[in-house]
Amino acid sequence: MSNYSLFIIIIIYLAILFYIAFIAEKNAKSKWVNNPYIYTLSLAVYCSAWTYYGSIGIAANSGMQFLPIYLGPVIAAPLWIIVLRKIIRISKQHKISSIADFISLRYGNNRFIGALVTVVCLVGIVPYISLQLKAVSETFEIMVDETSYISKSIWDDSTFYIAVLLAVFATFFGTQATDASEKHRGIVASVAFESVLKLAFFLVIGFYVTFYLFDGTTDIYDRISTVESFKSLSTFGDIGNGFNWFFMIMLSFLAIFLLPRQFQVSVLENNREKYLKQAIWLFPLYLLLFNVFVIFIAWAGKLSFSNDVNAEYYTLLLPLQQDNTVLALLVFLGGFSAVISMVVVSTLALSTMVSNNLIIPYGFLDKFSKSQPEKNAKYIKVIRRVSIFSIIILAYFFYVSFSKALSLYSIGLISFVIIAQLAPSFFIGIFWNRGSSRATKVGIIAGFLTTLYTLVLPFVMQVLTGTSEFSDYGLFHIEALRPSALFGIDFLSPPAHAFFWSLSINTLLYLTVSLMFKGNYRERNYAEMFVDSKNYASLQDSALVWKGEAYVSDIKNVLNRFLGEQRAQRALSIFFTKYKLPQDTQLADARLINFSEKLLTGSIGSSSAKILISSVVKEEQISLVEVLKILEESKETIASNKLLKEKSDELQHLTNRLKNANDELILKDQQKDEFLDTVAHELKTPITGIRAATELIMEDADMPAEVKAQFLSNILQDSDRLSRLIHNILDFEKLETGRQELDMRQHDIKVTIEKAINGVSQIAAKKHIKIVTKNPHKCKLNYDEDRIIQVLTNLLSNAIKFCEPNTGRIVVDYKLGNASIEVLVSDNGRGISDKDIDFIFDKFYQTSDQNTIKPQGSGLGLAISRQIIKKHHGKIWVKNNQKSGVTFGFKLPFD
Amino acid sequence: MKKILIVDDEPNIVMTLEYAFKKQDFEVYIARDGSEALKILKKDVPDVILLDIMMPNVDGYQTLKFIKEQASLKNTKVVFLTAKNKASDIEKGLKLGADKYLLKPFSVKKIVSEILELLN
Repeated sequence: MSNYSLFIIIIIYLAILFYIAFIAEKNAKSKWVNNPYIYTLSLAVYCSAWTYYGSIGIAANSGMQFLPIYLGPVIAAPLWIIVLRKIIRISKQHKISSIADFISLRYGNNRFIGALVTVVCLVGIVPYISLQLKAVSETFEIMVDETSYISKSIWDDSTFYIAVLLAVFATFFGTQATDASEKHRGIVASVAFESVLKLAFFLVIGFYVTFYLFDGTTDIYDRISTVESFKSLSTFGDIGNGFNWFFMIMLSFLAIFLLPRQFQVSVLENNREKYLKQAIWLFPLYLLLFNVFVIFIAWAGKLSFSNDVNAEYYTLLLPLQQDNTVLALLVFLGGFSAVISMVVVSTLALSTMVSNNLIIPYGFLDKFSKSQPEKNAKYIKVIRRVSIFSIIILAYFFYVSFSKALSLYSIGLISFVIIAQLAPSFFIGIFWNRGSSRATKVGIIAGFLTTLYTLVLPFVMQVLTGTSEFSDYGLFHIEALRPSALFGIDFLSPPAHAFFWSLSINTLLYLTVSLMFKGNYRERNYAEMFVDSKNYASLQDSALVWKGEAYVSDIKNVLNRFLGEQRAQRALSIFFTKYKLPQDTQLADARLINFSEKLLTGSIGSSSAKILISSVVKEEQISLVEVLKILEESKETIASNKLLKEKSDELQHLTNRLKNANDELILKDQQKDEFLDTVAHELKTPITGIRAATELIMEDADMPAEVKAQFLSNILQDSDRLSRLIHNILDFEKLETGRQELDMRQHDIKVTIEKAINGVSQIAAKKHIKIVTKNPHKCKLNYDEDRIIQVLTNLLSNAIKFCEPNTGRIVVDYKLGNASIEVLVSDNGRGISDKDIDFIFDKFYQTSDQNTIKPQGSGLGLAISRQIIKKHHGKIWVKNNQKSGVTFGFKLPFD
Repeated sequence: MKKILIVDDEPNIVMTLEYAFKKQDFEVYIARDGSEALKILKKDVPDVILLDIMMPNVDGYQTLKFIKEQASLKNTKVVFLTAKNKASDIEKGLKLGADKYLLKPFSVKKIVSEILELLN
């Protein structure tokens, strides 16, 4: 068959697949696309080129060991009802988009775990993909019979073009929607179609070989039993082999859950949980049918060809030997189908992981949060497409570099062992809520490293050094560190051995670390949701211990960027309706946060979704800036409190002042009342005298003349007193209220004193009282002379009043001080009693022991004097003399 | 002959009352303040006392209290004659046991008739 015609057939076949995928995408809701059989057939993506070709190779060279790889899934299938259903349910609720997403979400949306799982998957699966490419390449060569042809560059290597075509196919149907959790109907339908083809063509070749080339199974058995190695090919072998079997079954048991492509088709592409009911018997049946003829084809090939022929390709070589090109072509297309389905689904799953768990959370998030929704969707798709191409190209180069050392079976097993490292955190995690993120990290890394050491490193060393020294003697030639016989366990096959050690270490560390360290609150909540998935729906909305605040508008902004405005709006309004919240809710609650994370998880993976949502949600982690802001605010509060306190104090002060002023006013009012009372009394007294005397004079015509004269004199006296009183009252009032201005001029105090003495000399002369001045010196200073004369007159009058007639003697003196002049008026009268001396300057105060003749004072003289001196900023006082009499003094300042 | 004691520190006022009561054939005693009045009251028992309130040394209230304590003076009428015209002052004066409360300035004729009326 020519190179080109085969290539054209491949193109035509791919076109058919495109068409099927396209139709399926178009009729995504059709029953033909959504049914348990399509689902089950899509699960058969498990059967890759390894199954199609590799099993026969194993069967031919090692006997029954190809079987455990299928027994594991067969054993696993009945458990799907429990385990897979739970995984499907959780994944749907959380819009999980890959196994990396699933595991990272279980451990609190841990970004690192997502990335770690992605890396593990990449390391495990990329060689596996390159293995598929190798199968295509080799079968292609067999078909065109170009075994001698060695491609010089990738440009004339057909495998490269096939790889690119596969990448295009995966890209086209794998990245239609930004939301990776959305179903890929086209791919699933084509995978199902391929599954039918590969099984059909495999059965056809099985029949052809067994019943056409040979006379049925008995014939083959009879013939092969004569071969010397038959026993080893048809039995389980010794106890060591039994362990191998056990571990291989276990390995494949785990792989059927954990392989990214299996997770993709069984979990993510699952439409209804009830499809599982058909799948649990149909899928084992499919595997059984696939394995029916393996052993016979292998034996037939062994009988037909020499040992140097690659037993893996007996299915192709046997019809070609008979020149049955059509049958060979069908077999080739069956194998090609197995390759396509595996490569496409694997790269799709891996690319989702790479974009959602590796690239986006570790670099593109910032960019996303800033740009537009359409751009974001485009970016995400571009990242996925680039990832798909990169993975396939990487696989291609891996194939080019390591193709000679690759065996379908060995590489397949290495893949399985690597992927199996996810098992403890995956399986234990969904049933045991103590499993923590730290334990997951430690377990996976330790298990992965162990696998690398025991399985990958020997292989790589052998390829690099060309000798098996490393695997034979171990690291530094330490016996216990022999990669395939670690610590003396040397009876297992390398994969079983690696699996045993890595998974034991992984599981042990996972359990130990989980028991030693508790996860944080977020992690424990997710753990609870995963483990307790029955009450899960109710738990999930309320379980999140969530302290923080977020605004619906902020969250909507984020959603807009990734879902577009319409979808975001629709999603939010559905959410609000579901929880009976008003459509214009402002503050987001924990439920909305969860809901939004889930919405975003489909597009960008759970850890990225978490990061994005937390960027608008103020969670428990408070940044330094926020702390400072809070401090600032409390400082402001303190400051305003302080201000308030100050204001309050001020107000209190004002109140106090007001109260004092009021008290003072009340006192003043009382004083005013008293003053008015006193004034009224003082006025009434002379009036009474005048009134009575006048009445008597008028009524009594017989009044003697001298009496009448006396009364008239009294009336005159009282009138004078009255007018004086009124004058003084007004004067005092003027001085006290401050309305009286002083006429400040320079005067000589000596002159002023003389003037005052002159004013009272007549009264003094009447009582024969002597008034003397001592100081002969002049002394000039500023004062209101009239007022000072008034003061002096008051003092002199008082002195005269209290002095005994004839013996009375009044001395007026003055002394110069530093800043003032002191004027003293002393007499030799009776003095003032101690109980009066303090009140002598009060208005209307009159001493209790006055002369028998009522003094002619108004009772205001000294009060007025005090006011006058006060106005001069001076001081007035009184004190009793030592011997007799009293001294009044006042000081006047020079300025 | 009726006896009257006039207690007031204003000589001009006392003078008018003295003249008026003498004309009515009263025997007139004069005191210029409470303490003088008390001295007189130790010796003589007047029929009526005209008493000012605001006086130096012993004021009208104190004097009245003293009078009320003296058994010898139980028939002596006491009349306040004062410028203190507030209701509270009047009430206080009557409460202390004054027989009448008369206000300054006054009509001499009225004072005389009030006193005569009181004594009859």
